[in-house]
Amino acid sequence: MTVSTATTAISTASAARRTDRRIRIARRAATPVIVVLSLGGLLLWLSTLELDSIEQRTLNWDYIALRTGEHLNLTIVASILVAVLAIPTGILLSRTRSRAARGFVLGLANVGQATPAVGVVILLAIIWQTGYTTALVALVIYSFLPVLRNTMIGLEQIDPFVKESALGMGMTSGQVLRRIELPLAVPVILAGLRTSLVFCVGVATIATFINAGGLGDMIVNGLKLQRFPVLVTGAVLVASIALLIDWVASVVEDVLRPKGV
Amino acid sequence: MPESTDTALTQIASRTDGARIVLDRVSKVYPGQDAPAVEEFSMVAEPGELIMFVGPSGCGKTTTMKMINRIIEPSSGSITIDGRDILSLDPSELRRHIGYVIQQIGLFPHMTIAENIAVVPKLLGWSKQRTAERIDELLQTVQLDPGTFAHRYPRQLSGGQQQRVGVARALAANPPVMLMDEPFGATDPITREKLQAEFLRLQESIGKTIIFVTHDFDEAIKLGDRIAVLSERSQIEQFDTPAAILAEPANAYVRSFIGHGAALKRLALIPVETAVLGAASAAVDHHRIATDDSLRDALDLLIVTGAPAIGVVDRSGSLVGSLTVERISTALGADATALAATRSDEGRPA
Repeated sequence: MTVSTATTAISTASAARRTDRRIRIARRAATPVIVVLSLGGLLLWLSTLELDSIEQRTLNWDYIALRTGEHLNLTIVASILVAVLAIPTGILLSRTRSRAARGFVLGLANVGQATPAVGVVILLAIIWQTGYTTALVALVIYSFLPVLRNTMIGLEQIDPFVKESALGMGMTSGQVLRRIELPLAVPVILAGLRTSLVFCVGVATIATFINAGGLGDMIVNGLKLQRFPVLVTGAVLVASIALLIDWVASVVEDVLRPKGV
Repeated sequence: MPESTDTALTQIASRTDGARIVLDRVSKVYPGQDAPAVEEFSMVAEPGELIMFVGPSGCGKTTTMKMINRIIEPSSGSITIDGRDILSLDPSELRRHIGYVIQQIGLFPHMTIAENIAVVPKLLGWSKQRTAERIDELLQTVQLDPGTFAHRYPRQLSGGQQQRVGVARALAANPPVMLMDEPFGATDPITREKLQAEFLRLQESIGKTIIFVTHDFDEAIKLGDRIAVLSERSQIEQFDTPAAILAEPANAYVRSFIGHGAALKRLALIPVETAVLGAASAAVDHHRIATDDSLRDALDLLIVTGAPAIGVVDRSGSLVGSLTVERISTALGADATALAATRSDEGRPA
């Protein structure tokens, strides 16, 4: 599954190039429109309901803003950590000739991703502690692989003759990395980051089980207390955030993709 | 000793009209392989000389060439450019003074044509204005209009145009030495012929010392000042001018490389004006050949037209004589005799 994630990332990157501009603009507009419509629909539906005291405690602006803030915080901080850790690891791994090192790190990252997210979160909480930091670490472990793998693939798919001519013209290997390899690998690396961001939004709902907040609180409360509006609000909000973050990432991808590629 | 490295590089860089390259018993042994890829290769390339390495694939010709800019490090032996031992220099800085063109071109896809050409000047710290002027000049040299092409990306160019940019990029900092690895190998025959002709004209004006690797013997004859015919482990079977190799192949290996039609290939190297022409009145038909065409073109015209003789015209277009098959054959014989004479005059081993 992980390999296919990376390859899909590559093929979407190259497919996007070919797509007609107009279709792209239409598709670009689609996500925000869907998000706005569903949030508007949710608001409208909630305004028709008579909320009891339990529901009122959850379905108010302050509470929702707090939980959404926690959720976004977890997602974004985890993604930044993943970027800071996984991209350099990927660069180092793609430059090492040692198969053992590559196998070991990739294997480790694979374990992180293959273990069910709930498992990672709860196990960490049991052996370590509950709360924000644990949730953050679990998220990083879980979403490390897409970025690592895409960084490696992004660097390895570069035409070896482009690298050879860069060296042959007198660039040092650091200059080749900074001026040639990384810019050319940007689309694939960003595709990995985008995947891991969306993973994070989903998995961050589990943080509630170890007392780390987030929109998971609303969903779990809604389920436990059998308050349907609370459950639906939490779910719709998580889905909207995931869609919006994916959308922002796709815009960033388009902006940062090197011209001429 | 960074200072001595600097002076050595400055000295090499200042020889923009070609430097002398000396390879002395250079070998390359890859770890884990019994036979060396290149064994005890020795050669001297004079300043401004265009030397062709010809040989079958896997004979080590590319490896030999790549040791000159240390893309591949030699296992033993010494290489000097303009008397400076290049193995003691910093490889990256050395490469900035050696033009490098490969068959796959390797343009940087995320940079415009102008940015591609500017890479080495930038590495050398040229001013923006000097770099911009150089880009314009180079694009014109390789016959690409700067206004049209400077700000395009490589993928917007045809293969032939890309290879022109490849050559321009290699020439950017006016290096004394150029290494070219089958630069025209991937282009179609028509583009290839055009690029070869342009390249010859270019070399006449820039006079770099060029090592040019090819597996195409005809290309070697056409372009080279001297040709090194290489066999396994980059052993030199013969190293001489195209005419001399065609007239006197050193051994069966070289002969097999020349293939059939050695005489025709030699005719292609002899201009019409060196032949003893017959009377202008003998050219009864209207078939004409120019004095600076080759005897091969003349023979071709004779065969195609079936005429007993064709007229020869000089640059101004006036008839100066005629050519027949016999006269072409005599000219070929005279060429071989002249070659043998210079050979015994020189009295040095080839």
